Amino acid sequence: MYVAVKGGEQAIDAAHRLLDEERRGDRSVPSITLDQIAEQLTLAVDRVMNEGSLYDRELASLAVKQARGDLIEAIFLIRATRTTLARFGYAEPLDTQAMRVRRRVSAAFKDIPGGQILGPTFDYTHRLLDFSLTGGAEPAEAARAPVELRGDMPRVLGMLGSEGLIEQPSQAAGEPADLTQDPLNFPAGRDLRLQNLARGDEGFLLALAYSTQRGYGRTHPFAGEIRFGTVEVSFTPEELGFPVVIGEIAVTECEMINQFKGSATVKPQFTRGYGLGFGQCERKVMSMALVDRALRAGELGEERVAPAQDEEFVLSHSDNVQATGFVEHLKLPHYVDFQSELVLLRRLRAETGAEGDRLEAAE
Amino acid sequence: MNAPAYNFAYLNEQTKRMIRRAILKAIAVPGYQVPFASREMPMPYGWGTGGVQVTASVLTPEDTLKVIDQGADDTTNAVSIRKFFVKSAGAATTERTEEASVIQTRHRIPETPLTEDQILVFQVPIPEPLRFLEPRETETRTMHALEEYGVMHVKLYEDIAHYGEIATTYAYPATVADRYVFDPSPIPKFDNPKLDDCPALQLFGAGREKRIYAVPPYTKVKSLDFEDHPFAVQSWEQPCALCGSRDSFLDEIVMDDAGTRMYVCSDTDFCSRMRGEK
Amino acid sequence: MSPLLVAEKVSKFYGARTGCRDVSFALWPGEVLAIVGESGSGKTTLLRCLSGHVPASSGKVRYATRDGRSVALDEMSEAERRLLMRTDWGFVHQDARDGLRMGVSAGANVGERMMAVGERHYGRIRATATDWLKRVEISENRIDDSPWSYSGGMRQRLQIARNLVTSPRLVFMDEPTGGLDVSVQARLLDLIRGLVKRLDLAAIVVTHDLAVARLLSSRMMVMQQGQVIEQGLTDQILEDPQAPYTQLLVSSVLQV
Repeated sequence: MYVAVKGGEQAIDAAHRLLDEERRGDRSVPSITLDQIAEQLTLAVDRVMNEGSLYDRELASLAVKQARGDLIEAIFLIRATRTTLARFGYAEPLDTQAMRVRRRVSAAFKDIPGGQILGPTFDYTHRLLDFSLTGGAEPAEAARAPVELRGDMPRVLGMLGSEGLIEQPSQAAGEPADLTQDPLNFPAGRDLRLQNLARGDEGFLLALAYSTQRGYGRTHPFAGEIRFGTVEVSFTPEELGFPVVIGEIAVTECEMINQFKGSATVKPQFTRGYGLGFGQCERKVMSMALVDRALRAGELGEERVAPAQDEEFVLSHSDNVQATGFVEHLKLPHYVDFQSELVLLRRLRAETGAEGDRLEAAE
Repeated sequence: MNAPAYNFAYLNEQTKRMIRRAILKAIAVPGYQVPFASREMPMPYGWGTGGVQVTASVLTPEDTLKVIDQGADDTTNAVSIRKFFVKSAGAATTERTEEASVIQTRHRIPETPLTEDQILVFQVPIPEPLRFLEPRETETRTMHALEEYGVMHVKLYEDIAHYGEIATTYAYPATVADRYVFDPSPIPKFDNPKLDDCPALQLFGAGREKRIYAVPPYTKVKSLDFEDHPFAVQSWEQPCALCGSRDSFLDEIVMDDAGTRMYVCSDTDFCSRMRGEK
Repeated sequence: MSPLLVAEKVSKFYGARTGCRDVSFALWPGEVLAIVGESGSGKTTLLRCLSGHVPASSGKVRYATRDGRSVALDEMSEAERRLLMRTDWGFVHQDARDGLRMGVSAGANVGERMMAVGERHYGRIRATATDWLKRVEISENRIDDSPWSYSGGMRQRLQIARNLVTSPRLVFMDEPTGGLDVSVQARLLDLIRGLVKRLDLAAIVVTHDLAVARLLSSRMMVMQQGQVIEQGLTDQILEDPQAPYTQLLVSSVLQV
């Protein structure tokens, strides 16, 4: 006699305990600490902060550990945490020009005031596995530069701008919209687009950016400037009425120089693309800048022919927390709807002739 | 690092207020999709965050909550959501439809008729009935505003031309209060008649797509069809193998490797009541 | 009898660039007007302004509705305009893919306008669609096929059927025979001419091909660089072109 299957609740509890065991792994191996993750898997933590939209290294490290290294799962944990936090208000815009630079390069000029600073980068490493990392040997100390870096490196795009060669940064009137407070509506302003891209999945943006370079909406980009370092965060509490520095964060910024545009009344100028992210995330901010520029097709009078230029397509599918939720929701039971389809299909097949003729339409 | 303390039903009061305003708007314009600023919840998008946010916003300490998925209380996701409300709101819960004041559901409407004292909250994956015919949000918004629903009947026409009948079996579109065409969520079309003139308040939450809509009590809901191909519900040859009901939606259970099939009520509470249990 | 459509100094500018400038004319019911010019002459821009696809920069376009009112396009609500485009007006695109739903059957394509205005009887929709396919010389056993399986000429005829099913009073056509073989063109033009006469349709046809203008239209406007340089009766202009550019056009037409 068939008895309806029960015990879903116990099954879930047991599954969670099994997950905890799997996460811990072999107990003779030391449990990984949050410090180790923050110090040595820094770039994973940076990505989780970016796409989780929350700057907190400790929480992001915990998320990486809890998610067993699945970064999108970790990003989800951070987003969910973010929802519960109290909001005090908005910080003053970050002054990235005053950045304490650790890395700063430009592909547009051979040399620039302040210098080309390579900083810590994989760029020129040879991608050969380094087996010395398997032991416990510590790396030798890196040489320090004899002089201090400039604290106020001028923007490369600013130098072009003073000659009128590049469009001015947009001076949109009014307060920027807040993606986390209002639902996204189309057409979306550049402020919402950039917010969406900042927390967008790195892989998705990378592929779209790549597509623009391969002809799907070419924008002739040059990396005007990429800088990575720390910036101060200022906030104006209501009671004080003036801004106070509440801390500093590491960010990476990319300004792309793109295809020039002109019209009958305006002389041709280069156009801009912009990317900004927490921590060191060059691939992300470069991709973001390329996609930002592609999405500006409408305001720059360009025909939208490529996926990267399609605002609704890009902005609706960039959020990996939403994407993974919906893709993975297919694992949930769908047997009622499937049953409905089975009933229909069986009936249609029964009514179809033996030779599989298409059913004559009624009337 | 300290673990944060949560508000009643997880959401803060500001968020609940925002969602309630969206709900009121939705009730004022039956079937119209009201955009709302959906929050990230501890369960993934696509797993009921819209329904959970709606329930969290209407739940009071005096309510009794029932959560079902595919008509059953014991399916994994229903269990998970019910536990969430027990943990975050200390909610009283029940499996009996007639004892619940708030029912959150995925893909079914309970067989037991609902009353004026009840709220039914549906989990919605894709709120836009026109979405698969027209992917652009800007265009579908205009189509709803101007009542341009011709394209929906094009789809039904195609079905009849190719299959001899309308081939939509779930998420079957209907007109609410003779105005907006809506997607009632992926309930089987078998359940569509229950939407019409229902004494309970029916609320629909789509978290990922950020829309809320509603069918107020005793509102007309008419499923789309043609005069010469009227809307019809599914039926089975066999009754429920456990309780004998011929009026409920049946699940198909595969019994053995030879493929033997058995049919039982999808609504587990209804089935056990019919069997005189509990 | 009053004119169906009146254009008063219609102009469209894109920044400093002129799309079309100061175009004025009146179109009467049952009349076919050809707008002739080379690519870049502004004829397509003008058509898009006249048909409400694009707002004019200045000037007025007035349409006489079935209930006798004269409404200006720019004063209409979005709802009114879209309703007009679905019922009173038709628009035949140069590329049929722009004017058809390629993903649904021919029958659905023709029936859509009926369903859009409330027809809810499948049998009647199908019968009307079948009838129209016959009228545009498409075999009725192709009714359930998707337009992907249709030839270019067939797609164009399907587009015409889709537009005419709700008996519009005015049809806009943008190079209706463009991209088709010469023999297919001839057959299509014949069909259009017959339908226009039988249904007493008014039409505005944009074309670079004088032969199309000659066959379909009673009146004609010649455009160059955004302006109308000559307009009048088609026969007269083709017989005795006044403007130098028109003379050039006429003389370069191959005598068939």
